[in-house]
Amino acid sequence: MAMEFLRPATWDEALAAKAEHPGALPISGGTDVMVEINFDATRPEYLLDLTRIEELTDWSADGERLRIGAGVTYTSLIADLADRLPGLAMASRTVGSPQIRNRGTVAGNLGSASPAGDAHPPLLADDAVVEAHSARGVRHIPITEFYTGVKRNALEPDELIAAVLVPPADGPQQFAKIGTRNAMVISVTAFGLALHPSTGTVGAAFGSAAPTPRRATKAEQFLAAELTESGRWDSRAELDPAAVTRFGALVAEAATPIDDVRGTADYRTHALSVMARRTLVWAWTDYRRKRVRTCA
Amino acid sequence: MTGKVTVTLKVNGRTFSADCEPRKTLADFLRQDLGFTGVHLGCEHGVCGACTISVDGSTARSCCMLAVQAEGTEVTTVEGLASDGNLHPLQEAFWKHHGLQCGFCTPGMLAAASELLEDNPDPTADEIREGISGNLCRCTGYQFIVDSVQDAAQHLRSTT
Ligand SMILES: Cc1cc2nc3c(=O)[nH]c(=O)nc-3n(C[C@H](O)[C@H](O)[C@H](O)COP(=O)(O)OP(=O)(O)OC[C@H]3O[C@@H](n4cnc5c(N)ncnc54)[C@H](O)[C@@H]3O)c2cc1C
Ligand code: FES
Ligand code: FES
Repeated sequence: MAMEFLRPATWDEALAAKAEHPGALPISGGTDVMVEINFDATRPEYLLDLTRIEELTDWSADGERLRIGAGVTYTSLIADLADRLPGLAMASRTVGSPQIRNRGTVAGNLGSASPAGDAHPPLLADDAVVEAHSARGVRHIPITEFYTGVKRNALEPDELIAAVLVPPADGPQQFAKIGTRNAMVISVTAFGLALHPSTGTVGAAFGSAAPTPRRATKAEQFLAAELTESGRWDSRAELDPAAVTRFGALVAEAATPIDDVRGTADYRTHALSVMARRTLVWAWTDYRRKRVRTCA
Repeated sequence: MTGKVTVTLKVNGRTFSADCEPRKTLADFLRQDLGFTGVHLGCEHGVCGACTISVDGSTARSCCMLAVQAEGTEVTTVEGLASDGNLHPLQEAFWKHHGLQCGFCTPGMLAAASELLEDNPDPTADEIREGISGNLCRCTGYQFIVDSVQDAAQHLRSTT
């Protein structure tokens, strides 16, 4: 069966098309979709091209949060938002090659919902919200409820991602990833950290080490309590090495990785604890210098 | 909109129009329908960079775009780099410094390098390596390509 190509010029037309053809496959940067088409892994009846819709390519300050339109590429995110969203920008810099970043989007990363997607750990660590639209209306999906299984997400068949809402950093953020050559990496495992001094909380999340990207809740709670009880949010004193080690161990404990061609489960667990410790030390060093680190 | 779709776009400054299947990639369209065989296809899934071209001023993988998505765009392929029979300074430098052997990666390398030099006319060797990080070469070991880009950058700076 031939594939039909739908190319709406406006967002309303796109939502109407998705309502009429819920099986239509949206395409933004195409860096995941085209690979599936070229390998014949998918034969959608309808392709719904979103690249014509100008309003999707903007970002704006939306109250407490930054609103990143679904068409914003990694390249423009890095250029425009690295100071306010350092964790997401660091992750974006590691995505593929310049050509992949010129076209690929965070919304596409969310659409694929691969456990290895690099945008996921920073989005989880920073309490992002996915703004889903359909002809029926608008739905705000907290990022912790968005990933529902391996390459599955919480979107309804008639919904499209309009934007991702992310609060600007209120403290240091870090991202680390282990993989092979940068330009073609699917990460072996990745970790994102956000310290939130304004609320005394911590965001810590990883990818490629469980069926979905996931927060390390116990590690977050442990570190937040440790920093609060020891008065370090205010004193900015050096971290207790035992606490750093414990944080790394708790992050590793949250993982349920598998063995695959990219790495063994043991390796992933070990690498996660190392990345968690390192990023914490980097982030805390930044915090002590009272500045937000903007690049890795 | 079943069946074939007409795609009209500018390639290297000339307007072309042809009918194609909606699932045809831009790479196949440029090669098979318009004859721009300088667009090389290696992996066909975004990894090797051989098919890199410029679309509306930024580099893209033509194997990861559909021809129908290129409607109304301005595309530059390797065939559009030389002007009036004179090689582009980048091509000249690749020739001079042995920046190619078999030449398979070269069109994509040139596209990536020319975008790099537009953004950054005086790149360090590391910046060049980052700029061509999405392009695989199985022959040169990359050093000669880095040398070529550096030399072209110097030439372009001295002439503009
Ligand atoms: C060579 C190469 C290297 C790569 N390296 C990395 C890497 O290092 N890290 C990484 O995380 N990824 C990597 N990727 C994967 C890919 O680039 C990313 O997942 C990217 O974020 C996808 O974005 P896109 O806009 O291209 O998505 P598309 O391919 O357009 O879409 C991806 C999925 O999202 C859906 N979708 C797109 N937009 C919407 C929307 N608005 N609403 C609802 N659903 C939508 C699509 O239907 C599809 O299922 C790589 C890919 C290639 C080819
Ligand atoms: S052929 Fe397009 S990237 Fe390899
Ligand atoms: S010259 Fe042969 S692949 Fe680069």
